Parts: sequence; structure tokens; C-alpha cells
Amino acid sequence: MMQFQQLAKKNSRRLVREGAILVKSGLILVLALVFVFPIVMTVLNSFMSSEEIIANYGMLFDKTRNPWEMPAAPELPWIAPTAHFKLIPDLVSAEQYIEILFKSTDYLIKFWNSVFLVLPIVAGQIFVGALAAYAFTRFRGRLAQIIFFAYIILMLMPFQVTLVPNYIVAEWFGLIDNPLAIVLPGVFSTFSVFLITKYMRRIPRDYIEVAQLDGAGHWAIFTRILLPMCRTAVYSLAVLVFIDFWNMVEQPIIFLSDPLTHPLSVFLVKVNEGDIGLAFAASTLYMIPALLMFFHGEQYLVEGITHSGLKG
Amino acid sequence: MKLREKLHRDWPAALFLAPSLLGTALFFFVPFLLVIWYAMVDNPVIMNFVGLKNFISLFQNQAYLQAAGNTLLFSIISLPLVVGLSLALALLLNGKLRARSQLRSLFLSPLLVPVASVVLVWQVLFSYNGALNTSLADFGFIPVDWLKSDSARFVIIGLYLWKNLGYNMVLFLAALNTVPVEMLDSARVDGATAWQRFRAITFKYLTPTLLFTLVISFINSFKIFRETYLLAGDYPFEVLYMLQHYMNNMFRSLDYQKLSAAAIVMALVMMAVIAILFMVESRSGRDLEES
Repeated sequence: MMQFQQLAKKNSRRLVREGAILVKSGLILVLALVFVFPIVMTVLNSFMSSEEIIANYGMLFDKTRNPWEMPAAPELPWIAPTAHFKLIPDLVSAEQYIEILFKSTDYLIKFWNSVFLVLPIVAGQIFVGALAAYAFTRFRGRLAQIIFFAYIILMLMPFQVTLVPNYIVAEWFGLIDNPLAIVLPGVFSTFSVFLITKYMRRIPRDYIEVAQLDGAGHWAIFTRILLPMCRTAVYSLAVLVFIDFWNMVEQPIIFLSDPLTHPLSVFLVKVNEGDIGLAFAASTLYMIPALLMFFHGEQYLVEGITHSGLKG
Repeated sequence: MKLREKLHRDWPAALFLAPSLLGTALFFFVPFLLVIWYAMVDNPVIMNFVGLKNFISLFQNQAYLQAAGNTLLFSIISLPLVVGLSLALALLLNGKLRARSQLRSLFLSPLLVPVASVVLVWQVLFSYNGALNTSLADFGFIPVDWLKSDSARFVIIGLYLWKNLGYNMVLFLAALNTVPVEMLDSARVDGATAWQRFRAITFKYLTPTLLFTLVISFINSFKIFRETYLLAGDYPFEVLYMLQHYMNNMFRSLDYQKLSAAAIVMALVMMAVIAILFMVESRSGRDLEES
């Protein structure tokens, strides 16, 4: 009997604890939903027809009248004078997507502009960075440390500092209005050097020495031994560099005067104001590569962030 | 092995650094020397040395002062918020929870999404004709033009927090992982309250990360131009006029003197911040070794 009572007490205590965990999880979930709300709203609204979007949000950018004093557009009575929150479409429609993907090529061009700007930067920066990391792994003398230190400082400098020298060089080489003015500084950005070096320096020297005794050259040691062991760093970099440059804003507005060559990260805003009927689908399409990166590479994102501290 | 032999064997490794070194020299380090020179001459063609005159005229420039002030004010307001809230988030997520890793993912997702693709939601919310005002009006409040009044600063801070809390949260979660559970357990057995345990044990292990995130967040806060530009464009309401807006105008008018001077002032500020960062890093490294 005693035992039974004790067991019941223990059970009820466990139940309370579990309940508390459940309630806490639920509350955190509510907070988390606030965080994903903008993403969810954009995706859901992308399945509205353009008419529905315009009827609801059409007056968003109308600066000519004060909606709080008079009806927004008496001649267009179906357009709401002010926007409401609307998550679920009245009628699910792929109209926005069809328009963007097949009819008006503007968005597709900008999408590919983004791709052709970002992919060379990701691939190039990782390649150049991995090579440099090998050198910094083999040399740890004073000169190497000084260069590495300069790299860290460069990595931490904001655009307000780095874009000015970039611009001067782009002008020397006649690269203004050329995507290379953005790609090349991106390739030589030192974040990848920093991150891969951190991983590579942690590999025990014995691996290198054994390979050297076997007669392996530098290239073989680099490609067959050290680089495969830094796979995690490379994947993390791919995610981090991609999301950083996929979101680029500063460089295109300074280096590319022709809006036709702009990436979507800058152009999307013009879609919002100019053609709000398509803006949600355009925004959703632009999110997809980043979201795919997230679903497949979240652990690498976390890994990369965790190891971006200066200490090894 | 003799030194010479070793040198002969190892020197090709230096070639691996060549692409990176040439690239950074060409695109950053060498032209930056020119930036320093440009900042001290009167004109990029005639090049009369004028000393600090460009800096003085920069600091007398109303637009620059406003841009620098807004940027600094933004950094100062958002810094404690972004660090404090992300620490709170990490502490919340660190306990026993259902679907913990999924919850963490939800908080992390804004980091991935390009700002441009969600800025529309912010516009729907905060435009003068936007949804927030519609709701406020339903309750009888007077609508506010959120993006064109002093409140714009807080709209931007909200967007910034939304986007960046996940980053620091990951750093704090990693640090919380290093807190020895046995120590917390034995403290509990000894009767320490949750707050006492946090202050005496957890916080000690968090301090290095805390200092690091403070400095790194300060550095990252200079990227706020992105959010501001996408939300409010080239010529935003004055409280949103950031340093990069000013720089963009100088790029447009090709005013190399102001550009160079502004870049150097920024570089000096960053050097000071980075020096603090290194001091923090080396001290916290020592602290951990001692403990």
C-alpha cells in the first residue's frame, strides 16, 4: 500500500512536470510562429490572384490621398482604401506564378542575375579560401600570423570601408557596370580563409608528416587529406556565403547603374511598388533557394555560426 | 632534417596563398592606401596636399553628421536588445522542451530569408495605408505614418531584431552546452535557487560568449542599411538616413574626398572596436583556462 501511494505520488509529480514542459513548449511555439509569420504570409499570399492582391493591398503605396479622410479610389470601389491582414486566399490561384515564370520575363532575368552573381562568389571564395588556408596551416611563423591578422581585420570591416577601395579598383580596370566589380571582391573576401584555416589548423600534424614521408606533394596533401577533413567547414561556408550574398544590396546599387543587370535582392522592392499583384510570388520564388539551403544545411549553418568566433 | 632542406620542401605551400594574397592586395589593401592619400588631397586630379582639411569639412557636413549619428544611435539602441533578447531566447530553448530542435529552426529561419523577400510584409504592416493602421483605426486610434515619423527607427529595430536574433541565439546555445550539468545539479542539491545557479555557474560560462556577441553585434549593426534601403528606399525619412545612404550619394557625385575621409573615419572606429574584440577574446580565453 505504501509503495502504491509513493508510486502514485511520483507519477503525478512526473505528470505535472511533463505538463509544465508542454505548456512552456506551447508558449515558445507561439513566439516562434511570430518569427515565421512574415515568411508564411508571403508564401500564402503568393497563391492569391492578382485581382485579390490589388483589391486588398492596392492602395498600399498610394501617396496621393489620405485614406483616413476620404475613400481611396471612389472610381475603383472594389479596392480597399487601406490594407488588411489576409493570410488565406479566397481562391487559390497560380496566376502570379504563371505571370512571373512564363509571361513577364523581367523577374526571371533578375533571378538569373542573382544566380550568376552569387554562385561564382560562393565557389570562388571557397576555392581561394581553401588554398590560402593550406598555406596558413603549413606556415605559422610571424609573417604568416601578421597576414592572417590583417585578413581578420579585413573580414570584420563593414561595407562603408571596403566599398571605397573596391570602387577605385573597379574604375582602374573599367569594371563599373560589370558584374565582375561585385564578384571579384566577393571571391577575395577573407571570411572563407579564416573559417577553413580554423578547421585545418586543428588537424594533427602527423597526418601531413606521414603523407610527406610517403612522398605526397603539397597538392596531394591538400586535396586528398586536409580538404576532405574540412568538409564541414566547406559546407558551412557554402551556406553562410550564399545567404549573405543572395541578400546583397550595397554592391549592386553602387556598381551597377543599369537596373536590368540588378539582382532580385534589389529589384524586388521595385516589384512591390510597381506591380504588387505579382510581388508575393516574386518574393516567394526568391526565398526558395535560401529555404532549400536551410532545410538541407541547417546543421552546417549552425556549425558555421558557432565557429565564427575568433578562437579555435 | 636540415633547415634548408625543409625550406626547399615547404616553400611551394606558400604558392597556395598567392591567389588570395594577390586578390586582397589588389582589391582591398593597395587601393586602401590610395584612399588614405585621397583623403588628404584637395582633388583626385590635381592632388594638392591639404592635410586634415577633408576630415574637418566632413565633420562640418550636416548630412554626414546626421547619417553617422543615426547609424550610431541605431547601434547603441539595438545592441542591448539584440544581445539580451537572444540570450533570453537561448535560455528558453535550453530547457527541457517538446520539439526543441524544430523550435530552434523556426527562430533561425529569418536569418536565411533575404530581407528583400519579406520587406513586403513590413510594408503591408507599417505603411500609412497599412494593416496596422487599419486595425488601430478600428479601435479608434489615430493612424500614424510609421515609416515617416520618429517611430520608423523602431520599425527598423524590429526588422533587425527579427532577422538577427537567431544568429546570437546559436552562439549562446553553443555556450550553454559547455555549462557542466553536474555542477548545476549539485548546486541544486545544496539548495541554490534557480537565479543563484544562473548567476554563479551558467553566467560564468556565458561571459566570454556574451562579450563576443556584444562586439560582433555592434559590428554587424553597421549592415542595417540593407533593411533601411529596402524598406524606405534611397531617400528615407530623416531618422532612417544611414551612413551608407550618405556614402551612396557621395559615390553618385564621385566625391572621392568625402568618400575617402568617411571610409577612414569608419575604419578607425572599427579598428578600435576590433581592438576591444581581441582584448575580450584573449581575456576570456584566459578566464576559461583558469576555471
